[in-house]
Amino acid sequence: MRVPEAEFTSYYGRPILKPPVWKWDIAAYLFTGGLAAGSSLLAAGGQVTGRPALRRAGRVTALAAVSASAVFLIRDLGRPERFHHMLRVAKPTSPMSVGTWILTAFGPAAGVAAIAEGAGLLPRRGLLGLVGRALPPAGHAAGLVAAATAPALATYTGVLLADTAVPSWHEAYPELPVVFAGSALASGAGVGLLAAPPAEAGPARRMAVAGAALELYGAHRVETRLGLLSEPYRQGRPGRLLRAGRLLTAAGVTGAVLGRRSRAVGALSGAALLAASVVTRFGIFYGGVVSARDPRYTVVPQRERVNARRTRTDLPAD
Amino acid sequence: MGFFTDTSVCIGCKACEVACKEWNGVPGSGLDLLGMSYDNTGALTANSWRHVAFIEQPRPSGHGSAPFTGTPTGGTASAASATVAAGTTGPTGTQPGLPPGSPPAAARMSVGDQDGAGVSVGDHGGATGGPVDVLGAPFAAGPAGGSAAGASNAAGRGTADAPPATGRAAGPEFLGMPGAQPPGRGTGAEGRTDFRWLMMSDVCKHCTHAACLDVCPTGSLFRTEFGTVVVQEDICNGCGYCISACPYGVIDQRRGDGRAWKCTLCYDRLGAGMTPACAQACPTESIQYGPLDELRERAAVRVATLHGRGVSEARLYGHDPNDGVGGDGAFFLLLDEPEVYGLPPDPVVTTRDLPAMWKRAGLAALAMAAATVVAFAGRSS
Repeated sequence: MRVPEAEFTSYYGRPILKPPVWKWDIAAYLFTGGLAAGSSLLAAGGQVTGRPALRRAGRVTALAAVSASAVFLIRDLGRPERFHHMLRVAKPTSPMSVGTWILTAFGPAAGVAAIAEGAGLLPRRGLLGLVGRALPPAGHAAGLVAAATAPALATYTGVLLADTAVPSWHEAYPELPVVFAGSALASGAGVGLLAAPPAEAGPARRMAVAGAALELYGAHRVETRLGLLSEPYRQGRPGRLLRAGRLLTAAGVTGAVLGRRSRAVGALSGAALLAASVVTRFGIFYGGVVSARDPRYTVVPQRERVNARRTRTDLPAD
Repeated sequence: MGFFTDTSVCIGCKACEVACKEWNGVPGSGLDLLGMSYDNTGALTANSWRHVAFIEQPRPSGHGSAPFTGTPTGGTASAASATVAAGTTGPTGTQPGLPPGSPPAAARMSVGDQDGAGVSVGDHGGATGGPVDVLGAPFAAGPAGGSAAGASNAAGRGTADAPPATGRAAGPEFLGMPGAQPPGRGTGAEGRTDFRWLMMSDVCKHCTHAACLDVCPTGSLFRTEFGTVVVQEDICNGCGYCISACPYGVIDQRRGDGRAWKCTLCYDRLGAGMTPACAQACPTESIQYGPLDELRERAAVRVATLHGRGVSEARLYGHDPNDGVGGDGAFFLLLDEPEVYGLPPDPVVTTRDLPAMWKRAGLAALAMAAATVVAFAGRSS
């Protein structure tokens, strides 16, 4: 099925919108943020249901991923040394402001939870021994706090992209949080499949199925529901990335379900799910960039909107 | 307070661009030519807060009768020059600055005219159907490929304002600059073109519902007491969110500085009871500054006058307080559809859908939490 060639005029073919100034590090940030959220949910589950391997892997990954997130986010600022200006205000109309505050709540909690995993390394006596005894409960509490903020961390990025004038991001606003939530669950499950022995990996497998279902559904909607604005997600580099993401997700979830007994198959599936999450994020990111660069994606849908309004109100075309 | 820019009296002198640069200390970008009409700025950027657009249109200017009706007309350069220009960018010292356009989209700029008065490219461009310049000379083809009319035009033209096309490799490249002479003087009736210019001084729209202001995570962008939108340069941390949020593509990042910059509507001058530099410098009162209500009245009168004179295509843009951005603090009288000038036909402030977006994100977050609970509550495998 091909979208018909739309006739439109433009100023020397130049884009109307300014394409995002964000570079690859924002796409990478979308992945690491989702990974941190997914793995902290995995860790909390492991913590509550007594699966130490899941807990440990989840906490350590969450800290590593959220630290990488902060680095990517700050690196991308035009004035990185002014990062702290983000903390001047809390604005619900600015998803970036909301996200900064979510990150500020999640990061330290994930950090304490991960550090608590090292309690066993401390000596049993003296002041350090005291710290060693205090750490596990603190880590448990922090792990729960991190898990409570994790779903927000994973899904706000969908709003972050959608709350722009970039046509293919904005119009996809109902789906983007779904894709990102699914992708975060799948990548968290991937960590579990990579790290845990098959005996403990049952929940990770179920998480992988749920995450893959959300991710595939959301991505399918994004690629088909938006008419002309779905086009950037199907063609060129974003199209290739999203197709690769679909294949990797399918392969990962199949391996996770069928390869129950084998550690190696489990680990491979986990790796495939993580890779799927990376390429899906980059595909969505670059799809939006493409839609902002071509004036067609700005003009044609808006022109259709204007024409529809004119016919509805029966106003003479001025 | 705001601007009313009446493009029907704009003469494209660029005094507004110069005055803005001078007053606001906006960095220059040296001598630059984009090779497209007389526009050497290309777009609004962090270093160009006013931008004069030049649109070359292959159709008569609408004053009742078409000046070239019944006379032979040649093809026009506009589509060809647009194709050349679409690929050109100038170093603006900004990011993304002036992104290159898409040549196929540009090539359509003259043929998609809704009035149907446009002469499609290649209609009269000789037997070869190749593109021709404004004086009817073949644009990119070699001498053998040119039509008889084109060749004689090239020979008959005394001046060197647009060198004869002798092929790109052999001679100077035609950059799409229109000739300085009246149509037909150097070329004879056969090569006359059916042509008009639209000029428009573009600027930040200072939207009533400003997306840039809404999404700024530092509070650097603020609404002034004059109802305009201004960036506080000592707060901006260069996150670039406002750049993606602007439905008009106005605000932009300065390279090496990292911050976002745009028109302030001369906030400092307004505070001192003065007129913005561009409006002050405009010799034809194409740019008018004042209270918005008063400007809207004036604009409505002007549109009625133009309609009365037979310029039926005159229309206002951005004047309606009920449009997608709540009306613009800088609105325009245009002589064609907004997209012809590089303006979006129906801009909407992105935060209009924000409550729905947060709701969807909340639902997705709940689904995520529920999926985790179910995954762990199930029997261990």
